[in-house]
Amino acid sequence: MRRILLVSTASCLALVVTAVAQRVQPPVHVDGWGKSVAEKAKDYKPGPAPKRNLSGIWEPADGWRAGVQANGARDFPSDRTHTLPFTPLGEQTWKSHHPGFGTTAVEIQYNNDPFNICDPIGMPRINLFNLRGVQIMQTPKQVVLLYQNSQVWRNIWMDGRELPKEFDEPRWYGYSVGKWTDDYTFVATTRGLDERTWIDNAGRPHSDQLTIEETFHRVNADITELTLTIDDPKMYTQKWVALDKFRLGLLPDTFDIREQLCSPSEAANYNTIQAGAIQK
Amino acid sequence: MVRVVHGPWLFASMLLLFPAAAPVLAHHGNASTEAKTVVLRATVTGWLWTNPHTFLKFDVKDETGNVTHWSAEWNAPSTLVNFGFTARTFKVGDQVTVTLNGVAKSGAPIGRLQSVLLPDGTLMSEDESVGK
Repeated sequence: MRRILLVSTASCLALVVTAVAQRVQPPVHVDGWGKSVAEKAKDYKPGPAPKRNLSGIWEPADGWRAGVQANGARDFPSDRTHTLPFTPLGEQTWKSHHPGFGTTAVEIQYNNDPFNICDPIGMPRINLFNLRGVQIMQTPKQVVLLYQNSQVWRNIWMDGRELPKEFDEPRWYGYSVGKWTDDYTFVATTRGLDERTWIDNAGRPHSDQLTIEETFHRVNADITELTLTIDDPKMYTQKWVALDKFRLGLLPDTFDIREQLCSPSEAANYNTIQAGAIQK
Repeated sequence: MVRVVHGPWLFASMLLLFPAAAPVLAHHGNASTEAKTVVLRATVTGWLWTNPHTFLKFDVKDETGNVTHWSAEWNAPSTLVNFGFTARTFKVGDQVTVTLNGVAKSGAPIGRLQSVLLPDGTLMSEDESVGK
């Protein structure tokens, strides 16, 4: 009886809080300068895709946070229905990773996610966690991607160079080359990645043998589909698709991509407060 | 008129209440919190506009004068800006009504925010279904 009374009390309080509110802030998508993004007219129809051109300011087309992917790669999340084809080493390495989300999520004191202490998010996780705004710039010799998350950039060279067979200096974001396979499809290959990064927010591992293929397919003037494939024979017995035609939508060319940085001092404060939730 | 939450009301708020929908805003793990709705009348002591997530710090005084210092997490600035939040939404000293939808399993005064009622009657909240 007392429990029923308490439940009723809290329910009433929550209702009172809502009822007395005179004004609720409506959601409005804004850029880094606080300018709202105009909604497209209902009868708006995008024009044709330009040829061999990815330039523009993009973000997930299905919603500005459709690229968060908290539980791992959107098309292969860490849940009970997606089982990755781990090699024995892959499974062992995955078990040594202790993420905050997915089927192997742990409390924060056991979390060893390198991004929790602001190690570089790396490639391909830059596409597989908190993929927000991304500005793509293009010259005759390269495609450059400028990401909102971590405010980092990647260079995809299309000047004819080939990826080295071995890498003396592995990099957080690797080495990328790309080419147009038709007028609307750009395929990039990335290797030479630092093994300390995780593939996604669920702690999927990779080795120095990781090859990432990104396919950017320009559907029309407003939409580009991104498909991202993981190939790492040390960790996985088969290739797997992390993003399958993930839709990026073109934003106005005046959209300012906001700052979203991992600050070590802010992250340390976050981790300290969260750890306090465990030990009173 | 908002009822001031202290005494038996505070007791009611901070003990076993009805389960809330499990929030999904914590990207770095939410294993240490449980879904509960808690309503508190509070005085803001800090608003941390930080990554990976923001925090509202506030004090709650019970009827005997004891003050509890709370920290409650909200989403990242890059998400909250789309719901009218800025780095200046809350000021130290603001008298607000805080609704939490998750609290620390340990009983520590740490939680997750669902909404905050400002002194001018504005209800600040994030609709987690928007933007997906």
